[in-house]
Amino acid sequence: MLANACKLKNDSVKFLEKYLHKMEPHFIKGGKYEKWNPLFETLATFAFTPKLVTSKGTHIRDGVDLKRTMFTVVIALIPCLIFGIYNTGHWEMAVAEGNRDIPYFSEMLAKFLMGLTIVLPVIVVSYGVGLTIEFIFGMLRGHSLHEGFLVSGMLIPLTMPADVPLWMVGLATAFAVIIGKEIFGGTGMNVVNIALTARAFLFFAYPTSMSGDKVWMSGLGEKMNTNPAELDGFSGATALGDLASFMSDKATVAGEAVQSNMAVQSFSNEYGAWESFMGMIPGSIGETSTMACLIGGLLLVFTGVGSLRIILSFFIGGFVMGLLLNLVGGNPYLDLPAYYHLIIGGFAFGAVFMATDPVTASQTASGKIIYGFFGGFLAIMIRVLNPAYPEGVFLAILFMNVMAPIIDHYVIQANINRRLKRLKTI
Amino acid sequence: MSNTISIRKGLNIRLIGEATKEIREVPVSGIFGVSPLDFHGLTPKMAVKEGDTVLVGDVLFFDKKKEAIKFVSPVSGSVKQIVRGEKRKIINILIDSDGKQEAKKFSIKPIKEQTADDVKNLLLESGFWSSMKQRPIDIIANPSNKAKGIFVSSFDSAPLAPDYEFILKNEMEALQIGFDALSVMMEGKVHLSSKPNSSFSKIQGVIHHSFDGVHPAGNVGTQIHHIDPINKGEFVWSINIQEVAEIGKFFASGYINSSRKMALTGSEVTTRTYLNATRGSKMESLVKNSVEATNVRYISGNVLTGDRKELTEYIGHYHNQITVIPEGNEYKFFLTSGWLGAGFDKFSNSRLFPTFLLSKSKKFRLDTNTNGEERAFVVSGELERVFPFDILPVQLTKAAITNDIDGMENLGIYEVAPEDFALCEYVCTTKINIQEKIRQGLDLIASECM
Repeated sequence: MLANACKLKNDSVKFLEKYLHKMEPHFIKGGKYEKWNPLFETLATFAFTPKLVTSKGTHIRDGVDLKRTMFTVVIALIPCLIFGIYNTGHWEMAVAEGNRDIPYFSEMLAKFLMGLTIVLPVIVVSYGVGLTIEFIFGMLRGHSLHEGFLVSGMLIPLTMPADVPLWMVGLATAFAVIIGKEIFGGTGMNVVNIALTARAFLFFAYPTSMSGDKVWMSGLGEKMNTNPAELDGFSGATALGDLASFMSDKATVAGEAVQSNMAVQSFSNEYGAWESFMGMIPGSIGETSTMACLIGGLLLVFTGVGSLRIILSFFIGGFVMGLLLNLVGGNPYLDLPAYYHLIIGGFAFGAVFMATDPVTASQTASGKIIYGFFGGFLAIMIRVLNPAYPEGVFLAILFMNVMAPIIDHYVIQANINRRLKRLKTI
Repeated sequence: MSNTISIRKGLNIRLIGEATKEIREVPVSGIFGVSPLDFHGLTPKMAVKEGDTVLVGDVLFFDKKKEAIKFVSPVSGSVKQIVRGEKRKIINILIDSDGKQEAKKFSIKPIKEQTADDVKNLLLESGFWSSMKQRPIDIIANPSNKAKGIFVSSFDSAPLAPDYEFILKNEMEALQIGFDALSVMMEGKVHLSSKPNSSFSKIQGVIHHSFDGVHPAGNVGTQIHHIDPINKGEFVWSINIQEVAEIGKFFASGYINSSRKMALTGSEVTTRTYLNATRGSKMESLVKNSVEATNVRYISGNVLTGDRKELTEYIGHYHNQITVIPEGNEYKFFLTSGWLGAGFDKFSNSRLFPTFLLSKSKKFRLDTNTNGEERAFVVSGELERVFPFDILPVQLTKAAITNDIDGMENLGIYEVAPEDFALCEYVCTTKINIQEKIRQGLDLIASECM
């Protein structure tokens, strides 16, 4: 039985291989469908590692290639994705019932399916738009699909609020792929992170759809318009949104200003450290669970795809800034314990999946430490000191993307100076 | 002996097919070839015509730009053909061996009575100079430059490389004479790097160094970098240790011996032994009766830096090893043996494949498939793990690709040879031919700055 199944599989693989072999002449230069070669090559090289052999230099090559590397990142994103789907479903149900405090682990299948109906279309749009544009550029340039977008296409949906309109996802993806990447030359050539470019584009172009307290739970905005009575006392804000409101509207009880420590206390009642770490709070689809990010991060670091230097120094940078702000103190936002900053908002997601993008991060070993540290440091600085941008993480990483070449420049210059010094000392 | 320098950044690629420690004789017969293409950047000028009879050690051609550098016949017989390619470029000089190996007699004074110039001239006249490599640029040493030292590595750490302790175990005397000669020429500045507790530590009159660790610990480039790195304007020479032993024999007898011990290795070889064969032998005669498979690649040298050869071609000048591995010219279904397969049969330096789970004694049968397509540099920090130099490999490669002369100079192009980047090329996820890029960079530096 098993042998038969194996044989069947082998036969179909052989058949596919023969078929590709037969079709190949049509697609190579001078063939009938020469123009479509990039598409053919992409599909063919996906199914079969091509029969390219080394010509000179090293005759054997490591098994690893960009497809496997990028695929590993997608796998690392799966915990975030699954948790994000469930979390989205949970908050949608909370909105439907008009009660923010419904138990988290109940009706799990229903919540998951509800989440799926929201998240899946976002993913489909992101991949659909992105891959189409990549193929068009591939055909213009005559090369097959380069693998970078496999990851970007998954990252973009995970940074979106649950209630984002699909056309915005498509628009942002198109903007990010064209302006963020293809005009620079494609995978490996971009200056700033693709997924964050998409996020930033929406944040500044459609701020009302990307921030505030109506967008994080699916259906909330609609319900507020149609049936506000059911949502009496219901807040759709994220933890960061609530925090930011400490700064803008001073909380008062019976005419007296609330003490800072009381505000922090009530905040941590609402968003317990454990709930925040697990991600049982509203937020962008995939970013809420620090736990899921760390599982993914573990895989990235273990396989060597993600840089431990960057992830660790990013967390340290954020923590140090949090401590500094605690020292200053004086209002609830500044007094929030430093570790809280690491588990709310998109901090962990940014540290693990965004800052580590090897193309846009620093490429030198010591540069990575500096880059990561200041990434985390700035993220918390923007988050706290500029409450207009409670989600400072993506701005900080984009800024550090731009700074990365300068950091590398100085690291490289140090290497050059060592060599020059050697020359002078002889 | 100085302290042992341990090389940690690097990689031992565990291949099937090491040669057993026995020596087979390969008779001298048939056609032999000497190719000017083995010597990078050389423009040859012929000294013989087709039909001329030659002895072992007779000059076949010399360097058109530096006429002192001569290339001699490895066998006695007659010049059968001068093979020319496009624009009449000389590809190969074929010599029909008479099997007698009659050699030209050189008159040589005892080493103690020789000056540095005497030794140099003898090496140039006898053709041994062609084995002397120079850094920067990685070409035949220019005898009119003053080198700050000769560096010799007594072990080769490349995959399946020949064991020089075995090859030279009965030739310590010749080796000593060879080193004496080099020492006279260099006024003592001869560096010999060995593994700890090597039998070569008995050699006298040289500066000993001890190296340990993973490949490229045995590469002379790595050793130079850790002993006395090359600065702009300096020259360093290097020569293979077997050649030093042959130089010793030559200074003792006045005759050139052109037989070399070579390792016949690789997963596709059935009788893996050492060969005692003549320089310029046809690949066919070296692997005769030893390879059964047909879809294989014959490599003159090792899998990292060797040259691809057909059976009808000849072993390269600098090579003491033949490697035969399977060709990888077939599709690999992505789930079984392709990019998404489990990959227990792949040897990877990254943890994306389970190589790290397998026993350290497991050896692999790797083919020539690139295992992926070329892309722009994406991954960072990967090449650095196998590159034991205080040089930034990605940045230097990028400078070479963009013909950035200042950048290359600053980033250390003068210290490196393409072979230093062989492991980088092996591990590169984006399948860039780094050795080729570095070679082009070196050529640009040679034409613009030297």
